Amino acid sequence: MAFLARRLGFYFAAFMVAITLNFFLPRWMPGDPTTRIFMALRGKMRPDQMEMLKKAYGYDGSLLEQYGQYLWKLLHLDFGISTVNFPEPTSSLLFYAAGWTLFLVGVATFLSFGIGLVMGIYSAWHRGGFFDSVFTPINVMMNAFTPAVVALLLWYAFALEWAVFPLGRAHDINLVPGWNWESAVSISWHAVLPVLSIVLVNFGSWHLGMRNTMINLLNEDFVVLAKAKGLSDRRVRYRYVARNAILPQITSLALSVGFVFGGAFISEVVFNYPGLGKFTLNAIESRDYTFIQAQLTLLTCSVLIANLISDVLNVIFDPRLRTSGGH
Amino acid sequence: MSELTESGPFIATQQSVTNGNPAPTLDALMGELKIKRRPGFLRRFPSGVQTFLTNGKGVAGLIILTVFVVMAALAPLLSPYDPYRRAGKPHVQPGVEHFLGTSRQGKDIFSQLLEGGRTSLTVGFIAGISATLIGLAVGISAGYFGGKVDEVLTFFVNVALVLPALPLIIVLASFVEEASPTIIGLVLAFTGWGWSARTIRTQTLSIKSREFVLAAELMGEKKWRIIVREILPNMSSFVVGGAVLATIYGILAEAALEFIGLGSPSSVTWGTMLYWAQRSQSLQTGAWWEVWPPAVAIMVTGAALVLINFGVDEITSPQLRAARLGGRIKKFLKRRGRSVDVF
Repeated sequence: MAFLARRLGFYFAAFMVAITLNFFLPRWMPGDPTTRIFMALRGKMRPDQMEMLKKAYGYDGSLLEQYGQYLWKLLHLDFGISTVNFPEPTSSLLFYAAGWTLFLVGVATFLSFGIGLVMGIYSAWHRGGFFDSVFTPINVMMNAFTPAVVALLLWYAFALEWAVFPLGRAHDINLVPGWNWESAVSISWHAVLPVLSIVLVNFGSWHLGMRNTMINLLNEDFVVLAKAKGLSDRRVRYRYVARNAILPQITSLALSVGFVFGGAFISEVVFNYPGLGKFTLNAIESRDYTFIQAQLTLLTCSVLIANLISDVLNVIFDPRLRTSGGH
Repeated sequence: MSELTESGPFIATQQSVTNGNPAPTLDALMGELKIKRRPGFLRRFPSGVQTFLTNGKGVAGLIILTVFVVMAALAPLLSPYDPYRRAGKPHVQPGVEHFLGTSRQGKDIFSQLLEGGRTSLTVGFIAGISATLIGLAVGISAGYFGGKVDEVLTFFVNVALVLPALPLIIVLASFVEEASPTIIGLVLAFTGWGWSARTIRTQTLSIKSREFVLAAELMGEKKWRIIVREILPNMSSFVVGGAVLATIYGILAEAALEFIGLGSPSSVTWGTMLYWAQRSQSLQTGAWWEVWPPAVAIMVTGAALVLINFGVDEITSPQLRAARLGGRIKKFLKRRGRSVDVF
């Protein structure tokens, strides 16, 4: 418990560092949002309106007052007003995009984890065999093929040339998404290529990670003992070796789930998917600082929470951590 | 090799009892296991380098990478046109005039590919190596000095690990209106050192407790000398492996950032080539030659670095080196009717 308490303290400190950075970044940048709106309206604005606007964006008063106000708003999940879509609050767009990203990247992450794990177990057990010596290098190389290339080629082949899958978007334009069969079909059909483009790039590292951890465990005494006892191959493979090798993988899975809210920039751009990555890019292009800020806060929170979860999982699965109180 | 020589006669006696065949020679056994003797010239290298050079994957990766680096270095001599200027009509097909065709803006793709490789590889290597150096400095100091130094440095390592890198890069890159490849490389280096710092710290902790370090300390060696002469050489494969991974990350992240349009569109790199190809809709208009060359170049470079990393991994972890022979040894034992479970 002392271990978890210490970690909790660390995450709180890291969170403060992140949101403080987040507070100062837009203030270091040239031109605050009010000046931008003022310029966009070509000066058709009275000075008192300007003051109101400054107040609305939290740019009035001393820096310390602004910081306090910023923390207070954050506590209430109030991300402020969008600079570009003016009166609209940022959070509505943010949560809309976050939903699609959670679906897209979440599904892709779990698929790559599952596929990589199964392949890793197989190739570690038959190490040096055909599958291991051919597919391990290939799968890991896919990792280095960069999402940009993979997504572009998939899009070209399956959406443009053979037109098997739709060119983009999350669902048919005419469809209003809801919890019914029609939406489910349309949404999953549109998600096939984006998900595939993420999975193809990612499953190789899970494969290699599982394989290498498992190979290092195969010569441990407890495995030799299990074999010597005459336990079945299956039992040794899954209950003894894989079960232990999966621990570090689960930790990394928890971490990458945290990064889900980072969005899949490239897949979302290529397939025109309405996720966080695409909207963040739009926000960068149109200098919508409130959105960028909100997105970074969301991402930091989810990464920190995922880290905390992975620590808890570690304590549950690895009894050694419970006594030593840290690593 | 020596283990084989010892077990050779033992297997031979078993065989001669069951089959009545003469004992196989060492060469025959090695032939059956497809093991070659290490060539004489290799003996002069340190054992880590020997392991790397006997690994087909690692050597293949190294050769491919060398070819790319040489071509990039000789880019001004090899490229037929100026990569920054218009060299012909837009979207000319690959042919005699233009080896790989021209882009939508009429720039020669082959010249751009060479020039782009120059920038992309330089940025990737600089980002990878600087990230490793930062990680090395932080990791070794944290591991070796311990105490308060360790606590403070580990805090920063953890912050660097926990803070999401790519969005941070995107935001940083968006501050500077048009991020040049150099800026992107620096940003990548400053956000990518967390992992190598963590592995190197752990490695330093385990080496620090060995006898030879204690001996050096008792002899009154200076601290920096212990770090440089005793600790560093014992984890060189970790450092090299980390640098290779960081370089892959650097090259891919640079290409990704420029592809989504955060780089400076006027510079010529593999990333901006893809950016322009996507922007000018060359795939839709059938100009495949604008997309494939940079795409293939990135894929092959990435693959070569991954292959090199396989080779370095085998130096770091001997278990993986043994796994390379796993299939052959199992077959070898099976042919002699022995249980393969013990292995």
